Amino acid sequence: MSKINPTDRKYTREHEWVIDNGNGTATIGITDHAQELLTDIVFVELPELGKQVRQMETVAVVESVKSVSDVYSPVSGEVTEANLKLEQNPELINEDPYGRGWIAKLRMDNPAELEELMEAAAYEAFIAAEEH
Amino acid sequence: MNKTPLYNRHVALGARIIDFGGWAMPVQYSNVIEEHLTTRKAAGLFDICHMGEIDVGGPGAFDFLQYVLTRDLTGQKAGQMKLAVLANEAGGIMDDLTVYCFGENRYRLVTNAATKDKDLRWLQAVQARRGFPGVEITDRTDDIGKLDLQGPRAEEILQILVPEYLHPLKFYHFMETEVAQVPAVVSRSGYTGEDGFEIYVPSDHVGNIWDRLLRVGVDYGLKPIGLGARDTLRLEAGMMLYGNDMDETVSPYEVVYGWVVDTTKDFIGAAALRQQFGGAVKRKLAGFAMWERGIARHGYQVFKDDREVGVVTSGTYSPTLEKAIGLAFVPPELAKPGTTLDIRIRNNFAAAQVVPLPFHKRERQYVFFNIFI
Repeated sequence: MSKINPTDRKYTREHEWVIDNGNGTATIGITDHAQELLTDIVFVELPELGKQVRQMETVAVVESVKSVSDVYSPVSGEVTEANLKLEQNPELINEDPYGRGWIAKLRMDNPAELEELMEAAAYEAFIAAEEH
Repeated sequence: MNKTPLYNRHVALGARIIDFGGWAMPVQYSNVIEEHLTTRKAAGLFDICHMGEIDVGGPGAFDFLQYVLTRDLTGQKAGQMKLAVLANEAGGIMDDLTVYCFGENRYRLVTNAATKDKDLRWLQAVQARRGFPGVEITDRTDDIGKLDLQGPRAEEILQILVPEYLHPLKFYHFMETEVAQVPAVVSRSGYTGEDGFEIYVPSDHVGNIWDRLLRVGVDYGLKPIGLGARDTLRLEAGMMLYGNDMDETVSPYEVVYGWVVDTTKDFIGAAALRQQFGGAVKRKLAGFAMWERGIARHGYQVFKDDREVGVVTSGTYSPTLEKAIGLAFVPPELAKPGTTLDIRIRNNFAAAQVVPLPFHKRERQYVFFNIFI
């Protein structure tokens, strides 16, 4: 069963999360449900610093033994940091998707984009609907 | 989609089911890495009921198989199995299969799942065209259930349910015996690079045998293994997958199957293959390991000095070696171990090096005799 999805952040229909850091930047990652679907993550392609992404554009790639999946950026902005620990320890995403398994930080172009995303409860309802 | 007799068991075990060549098969029960390492360290049980079994028997069966297969079956004794290629007129690989010899003019071909119907039609067409009137070709796929039991503890587990002593059974040999009182064919062979067995039982008993094996195997660490780990296990062992690494446009000489071709006999495709004998091929399948970060996948392009030279046919993360490995078609001069290549992964290039096959070899268990008694 999935862990509880934190209520301090927003969620996308593509199973990413984003948290507003309050200083104009946001941290993004993939959800517990996403890591559960992927299972054993063995490789993460991180974005380069300074990369500009638009909302729901590919910002990173995660690979399990069998699959390759794009990670879409929940918000538009410029990449200011990438979680380099994932290069050596991609399994951090499996172990702690909402914490140490974060993927990148972005300087948001338009924080209002956060309003379009789902709260935890809505995301859980979305997953439940997707599974049936 | 076709379902094997074990489908409901896979669902009950919580397996993730995928479409594999028209078959609803378990890709994983827990996760691929765990299942892979279980097979390498203990033992794994695989549902292989989707694979094809075609019996070829009757007067002329030997001559018929000599004519349709690349391998010379002369000298194959009852109880022996051989790997062979079914080739078309151009020498292209229609299937790679194993040939079980049960006695004079009594054979069973074990084919890939997706190619079985095509193989059967081809065999029947050749028979009709070339006249082998006494030969009977029978599709046994529906009435035979196949399980693979693989791993260093496979023999101990299977021995619990088999009356005959298994230890003397040699690699690529089989016996007609019983598993849990059910008539069975058991060969020491497989698709993982580990010691292990391929087990054939009547399909209406395969569910019970599956349950019995999993039950007696618990103490030995036996677990059910999905197709995901089957793929990483076979790739580490340097074995090819039909449809991925080869198809009808590929010659046995371009992959690692030159040794199953005997051009001194007459068979379909012999003329074409004789011209390639000695290495006159334009591409060669090579094993590679990634040097730089990234996992090469099927279809990725291979470059040398900024020139596109080939394509990846299989690629994965190797759970045993903990690095990315794969197979790729490259010009023969670039297939030598040590050669560096660049593989395009999305928008980047990552360096790889050609390495000898297999990527992983199991440690042989040596028996030491005490000579000082």
